[in-house]
Amino acid sequence: MDQFLQQIINGVQLGSIYALIALGYTMVYGVLRLINFAHGDVFMIGAFVGFYAAKALKLTEQPTLGGALLTLLPVLLLTMAVCALLGLVIERFAYRPLRRAPRLTALITAIGVSLFLVNAAQLIFGADPKFFPSVTPQGEAGTLRLGGVTIAKDQMVLVISAALLMAVLTYIVNHTRMGKAMRAVSHDADAAALMGVNIDRVIAFTFGLGAALAGAGGVLFASLTYAKILPLMGVQMGLKAFVAAVVGGIGSIPGAMLGGLLMGLSESFVKGAPAIGGFEPSRFADAVAFILLIVVLLIRPAGLLGRFAPEKV
Amino acid sequence: MVFLKRAALTAAVLATLLFLSILLSSRLQDVVFRVVMLSGIAIIMAVSLNMINGFTGQFSIGHAGFQAVGAYVSAALTVYGHRTLFPYLPEGGILPNSVQGFLAGAPAMIAAMLVGGVVSAAIGYIVGLPSLRLRGDYLAIVTLGFGEIIRVVVENTDAVGGPRGFTGNIEEGISIPGIASFFWVYLMVVVVILVARNLRFSIEGLKYLSVREDEIAAQAMGVDTTRVKVNAFVLGAFFAGVAGALFAHYEQSVLSSSFGFVRSFDFVTMIVLGGLGSITGSVVAAVLLTALPELLRSSLGQLGAEFNQYRLVAYALLLIILMLVRPQGIFGRGEIDFGKLWRRRQTAPATVGE
Repeated sequence: MDQFLQQIINGVQLGSIYALIALGYTMVYGVLRLINFAHGDVFMIGAFVGFYAAKALKLTEQPTLGGALLTLLPVLLLTMAVCALLGLVIERFAYRPLRRAPRLTALITAIGVSLFLVNAAQLIFGADPKFFPSVTPQGEAGTLRLGGVTIAKDQMVLVISAALLMAVLTYIVNHTRMGKAMRAVSHDADAAALMGVNIDRVIAFTFGLGAALAGAGGVLFASLTYAKILPLMGVQMGLKAFVAAVVGGIGSIPGAMLGGLLMGLSESFVKGAPAIGGFEPSRFADAVAFILLIVVLLIRPAGLLGRFAPEKV
Repeated sequence: MVFLKRAALTAAVLATLLFLSILLSSRLQDVVFRVVMLSGIAIIMAVSLNMINGFTGQFSIGHAGFQAVGAYVSAALTVYGHRTLFPYLPEGGILPNSVQGFLAGAPAMIAAMLVGGVVSAAIGYIVGLPSLRLRGDYLAIVTLGFGEIIRVVVENTDAVGGPRGFTGNIEEGISIPGIASFFWVYLMVVVVILVARNLRFSIEGLKYLSVREDEIAAQAMGVDTTRVKVNAFVLGAFFAGVAGALFAHYEQSVLSSSFGFVRSFDFVTMIVLGGLGSITGSVVAAVLLTALPELLRSSLGQLGAEFNQYRLVAYALLLIILMLVRPQGIFGRGEIDFGKLWRRRQTAPATVGE
C-alpha cells in the first residue's frame, strides 16, 4: 500500500512536468492546427536559462518550503520571459510565413526549428551535462513523512508550482479578453477574424504563453528532479508530453493536464512494477506512453476530452 | 514479342547491375561507395514512404520503425539460421567480390529481404488498421508511437543485442553476413521505383490519389478507401522492411537508436523536400540528404568537432529556409522528364487535383 502511494506521488510529480509542456502543444494546436515539434526544445532551453540564472543569482538551499518557492521564483520568472520571447521569435520567423502553406510543410519547418535549437544549444552550452544547484534541503530534513510514505520537499515544490502555473493559465484562458480571443480563434479562426479578432496577435500570444510554460517546466524539472541538463533532454520529454496532449484530447486545456497526469502516473507505476517471472515491466517504461496513446485513440479517436468533429461533406 | 523484349531488358538490367556491383565496390573510394550504398537504401525508404504519404495522403511519421523491423528480423534470420540454413556463408561474413561470391550470398540475401519485408508488411497491416478510424494528425501520432514502441521492444530483447546493438551471435562467433552488395541495393531501388511508377500511373493508383484528394468523395465514387489505405501501409512497410534488411547486411550491425523518430523525420523531410507525391523528387532528395552530410563530414571532418556542430546548425537553418521559400518541395508534384523516348504514356494522370 505504501509502495502504491509512493508511486502515485512520483507519478504526480512527473505528470505535472508533462502537463506543463503538453499545455503548450495543445494551445498551439488549438489556434494553428500545427504540431509544434520545437516545443520540447523550448523546454530544454528553459532548463539551460534557469541553470545560468540560478548560477548568476547564487541560489542556495532553503530550509522551508515557502523559502524554496520564493528563491526559485525570480529564476522561474526570468526563464519564462526568455522562453516567451523565444517562442515569439520562432513563431514570427519560422511559422508565420507558412500560415497558408500545406500543413506538412509547416511540420517539416517545426522539425527544422527543433534541430536548430538542439544543435545551437550544443554549440553554445557544450555537450557536457550540467546540474542545477539544489534549493531544497537534502537528506532527512528534505522529506516529510506521512504514515509510511515519504514526500520529498522538492517534489512538493514542483507540484505546487506547476499547479499554480496551471491555475494562472486557466484564469487567463477563461477570464481575460485575450483568453476569450484565443478560444474564439481555436473554435473558428475565420469567423473570429471577421469579428475583429487580430489573429496574428492571438497566435503570437499563444506561442509566447506556451513557451513560457515549457520554460517553467524546464526550470522545475532541472532544479527539483536533479536531472542532467543536456541539449538533447527536450526530445524525449517533448515527445511524451505531446503524446500526453493527444491522449487528453489535443486542443483541450483540461485535457492536456489530465493527459499529463495520466502519463506520469502510468509511467511511474510501470517503472515501479515488480518483475513477473523473467519479464521486467520496468524496462518497457518508455513504451508505456505510446501504448496508452494507441489504446486511447482507438477507443476515443479525439482523445479523452477532445471534441470529436464528424466530417461534413 | 512484348514478353521477349521485357525479358531481354530485365536481363540487361541485371547484368549491368552485377557488372557495376563488382566494378564499383573495388574501384570507388570507400567514402564514396558508402554514400552510394546509403543513398540507395534511402531511396527505397523515401519512395516507399511516398506511396503512403504522397500518393495516399496518409500521414505516417514512423517509417524508420518498419525499417528497424526489417533490419532486426532479417539479421536474426541470417545469424541464427547461419549454420542450418546458409552453411555456405563464411563465418566472418565477408564474401569475395566476384561472381562466385555474389552467387554464394544470393540465397541468403533473397531470404533476408523477403522475410524482413513480409514481417514488416504484416506489422504495416496492423498499423494501417487504426487508419480506418483515425485521420490526419492522429494517425501520424499513432505511427510515431508505433515506431517508438518498436525501438523500446528491440532495446529490451537480448537475443538481438538489446541497447548495445546487434552485430551477430557473439558466443558462436557468427556476425551478420555482409551480403548486401551494390547489386541487391540497386535492384531493389529499380523495383521500388517501378512499383511506385506503375502504381501512380494506373487505374489502381488513381484510387490512392483520390483518397488523398478527398476521402469522402472517393468513397462516394465507390473506392474502397479502407482497403486502399491499408494496402498503402502494407506496400510501404514491405519496402521499408526490405531496405532494413539491406541496411543490416550492408552495415553488418544494427543499432536501435539509428531507427528512432528522428530518423523517421529524415525520410519525411526527404519526400517533402522532393515534392510530396513526386517519385523522381524523392529519389533526388534522398540522394541529396544522404550524400551532403556524409561528404561534408568526411571532407571537412578534419576541421574538428566544433565545425561538425556548425554543420548541423547550418543544416537545420537550410531546411527551414528551403521550406520557407519553396513550401511545395523542390519539384512540387511534378516529375523530372527523362525525354520523350521514355514517355510512352502521354496521357498519364499526373495532374490530378492540381
